[in-house]
Amino acid sequence: MIIIGAVLGALLTIAPGLIWLERRMLALWQDRYGPNRAGPFGLLVVLADTIKLFFKEDWIPPFADKFVFVIAPAIVAITVLMSFVVVPFAPGIVVSDLNVGILFFLAMSSMGAYSIILGGWASNNKYSLLGAMRGAAQLISYEVFMGLSLMGVVLMSGSFSLNDIVEAQRGMWYVVPQFFGFLMFFIAGVAETHRLPFDIPEAESELVAGFHSEYSGMKFGLFFVGEYLGITLISSVTVVLFFGGWLGPEFLPPVAWFALKTFGFIIFFILLRASLPRPRYDQLMEFGWKILFPLTLLNLVATATILLWLET
Amino acid sequence: MHLTFYVASAIAVLSTIMVITRYNLIHALLYLVVSFLAISIVFFVLGAPFVAALEIIVYAGAIVVLIIFVIMMLNLKAEAVEQEREWLTRKIFIGPALLSVVLLAELAYMILQSRTTDFNAPMLDAKAVGLSLYGPYVIGVELSGILLMAGIVGAYHLGRQKKKVVHRFLESTEE
Amino acid sequence: MFSIVRSLWITFLHMFHKRETIQYPEEKVKLTTRWRGRIVLTRDPDMGERCVGCYLCAAACPVDCISLQATEDENGRRYPAFFRINFSRCIFCGYCEEACPTYAIQLIPDFEMGEYNRQNLVYEKKDLLIDGQGKYAGYNYYKVAGMAIGGKDKGEAENENPPVDVKSLMP
Repeated sequence: MIIIGAVLGALLTIAPGLIWLERRMLALWQDRYGPNRAGPFGLLVVLADTIKLFFKEDWIPPFADKFVFVIAPAIVAITVLMSFVVVPFAPGIVVSDLNVGILFFLAMSSMGAYSIILGGWASNNKYSLLGAMRGAAQLISYEVFMGLSLMGVVLMSGSFSLNDIVEAQRGMWYVVPQFFGFLMFFIAGVAETHRLPFDIPEAESELVAGFHSEYSGMKFGLFFVGEYLGITLISSVTVVLFFGGWLGPEFLPPVAWFALKTFGFIIFFILLRASLPRPRYDQLMEFGWKILFPLTLLNLVATATILLWLET
Repeated sequence: MHLTFYVASAIAVLSTIMVITRYNLIHALLYLVVSFLAISIVFFVLGAPFVAALEIIVYAGAIVVLIIFVIMMLNLKAEAVEQEREWLTRKIFIGPALLSVVLLAELAYMILQSRTTDFNAPMLDAKAVGLSLYGPYVIGVELSGILLMAGIVGAYHLGRQKKKVVHRFLESTEE
Repeated sequence: MFSIVRSLWITFLHMFHKRETIQYPEEKVKLTTRWRGRIVLTRDPDMGERCVGCYLCAAACPVDCISLQATEDENGRRYPAFFRINFSRCIFCGYCEEACPTYAIQLIPDFEMGEYNRQNLVYEKKDLLIDGQGKYAGYNYYKVAGMAIGGKDKGEAENENPPVDVKSLMP
């Protein structure tokens, strides 16, 4: 119970903090300052944003499907928070060490697709619907590669449990033998959180704001927080699966190692946003199915072959 | 453990009833998702976590999303709901209801006949599922593989783009 | 693939670049002398108003934000009775400055004129008129124009010959 509270508290403070971090980092890479007025280093801008979102009118368009419109933003936050259940932060600090941890993570991230689809559909707006359809196609396709790219790690460690996978990396982090798996997983992860450069469902230069065009106030805030939680989730899962989780030299406690590595990946997410342009929708699908998919399959087959060859 | 099982099964049954009685297709599909989630919890409680996860990933996460995708493309609105309301009359229910009653009777008979399912069945992990899939049920795996292959080839054939060459007098469609 | 990594790296290197942002209220922007900002009405070297109320600026203004009324003093000098610029409409295009035949209306490098009340953006003549000559020092319209005003008759302007008496037969 204490762990649940701690994890929930940490995540819900990190998620808005990331908004500040992202704005500062983007500014840094674009030779600007970013928010630097409110409070030390502009940290209070997070508070200002939150207050603003809370006090905005909670508007449901009259043409929207009210029931679905309301539950869609809740789904994204719930599914991402549920995924954190299986992430081991340090030895013993995990909400629940399921023996099908990876599958649970995949299942929850696949449920996250519903928030986009339902939100876009319920808005009853053509731009939202376009965003939702793009989002659905993108998320379903990239889920496939995400699952397949993880299987190399599962083959090497022989377990679906994230705890066991971290323990199996004592000798060597899986990023070395599973480098292609790591690349695929990370690309699929960026697509799965529909972050730039793969923000096709939002694509504000084409679709207003995509699936959440009609959302305002705290409902939009939930989508926003869900996106940042998604970044944290993908970063921490990447760290757990490929970068040895909490493992590291002794001079820092395990949790610190985990947090450090995770923040590295979060910053990489922001760097991706700062530097890469958005591909066209069909280019994205083509890249997924014609390049990533065969490569992940090859990676999986190669890993299995080498493992079998080593065994005999 | 028993309580979760019964609650999950009750939710599964209730939400499936809701699936049938909704006029709005998307709402019906949402209840279908809830039903899948409940069923996956039932699997989990019965000691098959692998199947439970697959149930969510494959059915709730992919197949229903695809169905919703298609429905969104069809752009069904108020008139579709009206039509559905007209179609869904008492008379329609008679046939399926009678058939279901027969099934229910069979189910009740079987439950009464055989001994009840053991809650404390051994945990079925991924390894056991894999062994049984590639052991005794290998023919089933192969057959479904062939079926999927046929599906992929068909989809490729249907979805192949014909490149149209636009020219003043040499207009042709390249295969 | 390589280009993606390269662009990531280039963006990363921007971390060590100098920031372009000017921290405005504390740190001021450097404006060039020709910067088109706030509009002023300038005066002659002898402190007379340059504006002669010809309405060319009002006619040139694409957003019709200038309004004025010309009148004449006892010496025959024309000047605007009122001169009003609505800065909530003004687009600082500088056409009025180009149209002005007497260099009276000028745009100066100043942009800090924000207001909370929109009505306060309507500048009257007393707000516009400055006690200086602006960009064209030494220029005095009535000293170079052929127009006769009180204290200066025809032919008394700079570089001007006295008027020829056409009725006279003398060469």
